[in-house]
Amino acid sequence: MTLLTRTQAEDFLFDEVALLDDWKLLEWASLFTDDGRYLVPATDDPDGEPETSLYLIYDDRHRLGERAKRLLNRSAHAEFPHSRTCHMVSNVRVTATEEGVARVHCNFMVHRSKGPINDEYVGRSVYDLVRNSEGALRIKQKKATLNVQMLRPQGKVSIIL
Amino acid sequence: MSVAQHSTSALGTVVEDVDQGTFRVHRKVFTSQEIFEREKEVIFGTCWLYAAHVSEVSTGGSFVSRNVGGRPLIINRDKNDQLHVFFNSCMHRGATLCREKQGKARSFTCPYHGWVYADDGQLVHQHIAESYAPDCNKDGALHLGTVRFDVVAGFIFVNYDKNAMPLDDYLGDAKGYLELIHEQGEHGMEVIRGSQEYNARANWKLLQENSVDGYHAEHTHGTYLAYIKSREGTVRNNYGGAFGRVRDLKNGHAVSESVNGTPWGRPNARWVSSWGPDVQVEIDRIYARTVERLGEEKAQFICHGDRNMLIFPNLIINDVAGLTVRTVFPTAPDYFEVTSWGMGSVGESPLIRNLRLRNYVEFLGPGGLATPDDQEMLELCQRGYAAQPGPEWNDLSRGMLAEQHGEANKMDEFQLRVFWRHWHEKMNSPDATRSTIPHLRVEAA
Repeated sequence: MTLLTRTQAEDFLFDEVALLDDWKLLEWASLFTDDGRYLVPATDDPDGEPETSLYLIYDDRHRLGERAKRLLNRSAHAEFPHSRTCHMVSNVRVTATEEGVARVHCNFMVHRSKGPINDEYVGRSVYDLVRNSEGALRIKQKKATLNVQMLRPQGKVSIIL
Repeated sequence: MSVAQHSTSALGTVVEDVDQGTFRVHRKVFTSQEIFEREKEVIFGTCWLYAAHVSEVSTGGSFVSRNVGGRPLIINRDKNDQLHVFFNSCMHRGATLCREKQGKARSFTCPYHGWVYADDGQLVHQHIAESYAPDCNKDGALHLGTVRFDVVAGFIFVNYDKNAMPLDDYLGDAKGYLELIHEQGEHGMEVIRGSQEYNARANWKLLQENSVDGYHAEHTHGTYLAYIKSREGTVRNNYGGAFGRVRDLKNGHAVSESVNGTPWGRPNARWVSSWGPDVQVEIDRIYARTVERLGEEKAQFICHGDRNMLIFPNLIINDVAGLTVRTVFPTAPDYFEVTSWGMGSVGESPLIRNLRLRNYVEFLGPGGLATPDDQEMLELCQRGYAAQPGPEWNDLSRGMLAEQHGEANKMDEFQLRVFWRHWHEKMNSPDATRSTIPHLRVEAA
């Protein structure tokens, strides 16, 4: 595949998080490849691998699709009524392109407002992106590592980072 | 009920009427600053509190540091393989001695003035020592402050009250359940790396109630059950009826348990179809081996059973889709901190370990498909209590009649009442002493 430029990577990430802020979660899930994964490591073991370290989120393609679908249900209580989120993505770098996979790093900040509560989720994400048969970018893996040492006072990751 | 309405103490906040079959808890137990302060003293200051698992300090020189019941501790194994629990506070001016969460250390050096303690807690160096009298530590008061502890089935508990009953007595019938966990792994059990440290803006006792409450499952976690169904096709769901049993394990401890009663898979060991044939072979092997080791009846109970256990006051061990060990501590009446660990069998295959971790976070933890909804419910309750002095009493009467016949099941609130009765007794006990922090070294039990 052709090298992914930073601008192309940014355009893709900006569109991705806009789907999240607009609660178009099924469309978000459809950005993933059939073997896509969505991962959030433990706050005290950010370098651990999901096969050997207890993560906060360890979704295969089926689970991330169901996560998206569940969150749109009014019985997903932690997100009903929906929180308002603002995802910000910066410091985008494309560090390696090999075997048809582009690795993209970024920093993120997600502001979540729910009732009387305002919380921030700050961290760094690493994406493995591929192009599908139509040439569109798809996410093979999104690993969002929170740069906090404990999940306090946010308490939960009920939104998608 | 008039006592509770006019008193500011915890007296009369738990009221039951056996004839009418009612059990009520006054909502001020979740909001009162005075009750919260007393809990710190008589609940967290005199009860046995889970601190760590031996697998976290498995080799000489290893340590963990963490807050237990609000107090900073170092739990370590010295070079001679002796376990210790120390207060993580320099005996000189009190600075936090150990700032890393875990690691290896032969000694602990205070970052403030450079006092050095050996891994057995002995003060071995004072920076520029010549200005101290030679006998200034003759009474040993400058050695690191020790905490009373004991170990059952690999679980390390501490107690800040030197007069407290021995751990074995305290655990009552919960001890057997801890041993049952230890026996799951042929070579014992271990805490898996990566912990979940989170919180909720609610009273800590709400989490303890929620953790052993089967009644909320179908309603609060309907979307989780729908997720399982999307994956497995059809699933068992007993939460609409009555199933399993609940047991009073003494001293405020309780367990809610069932065998083959729940819809999720268990890594150790109950297979579900979405795990595929390779995993089925491995699950069958674990089951067969467990039968060999422990017999059919126990293997069935361990492998095919689920258990939600509350060990008073602040430990939860849920042996369900994952095996979670979870402690809670309040920093205010309406805010608690949780630390949750996953446990697995020592030496289990990479296939099962991976499956275990994937399965754990399916339901459990602050990013799971169920726990965030529990947290939300606790916070909704907490906000609801602002209605006081409007509605003042929570109702926990479910299964009061079944309880009298010894037939309470997982959908009842018997297990919650076990907690509350003990809580109320403890809070109002005249001999509940102020917690005793040993000033001098006290030998561990």
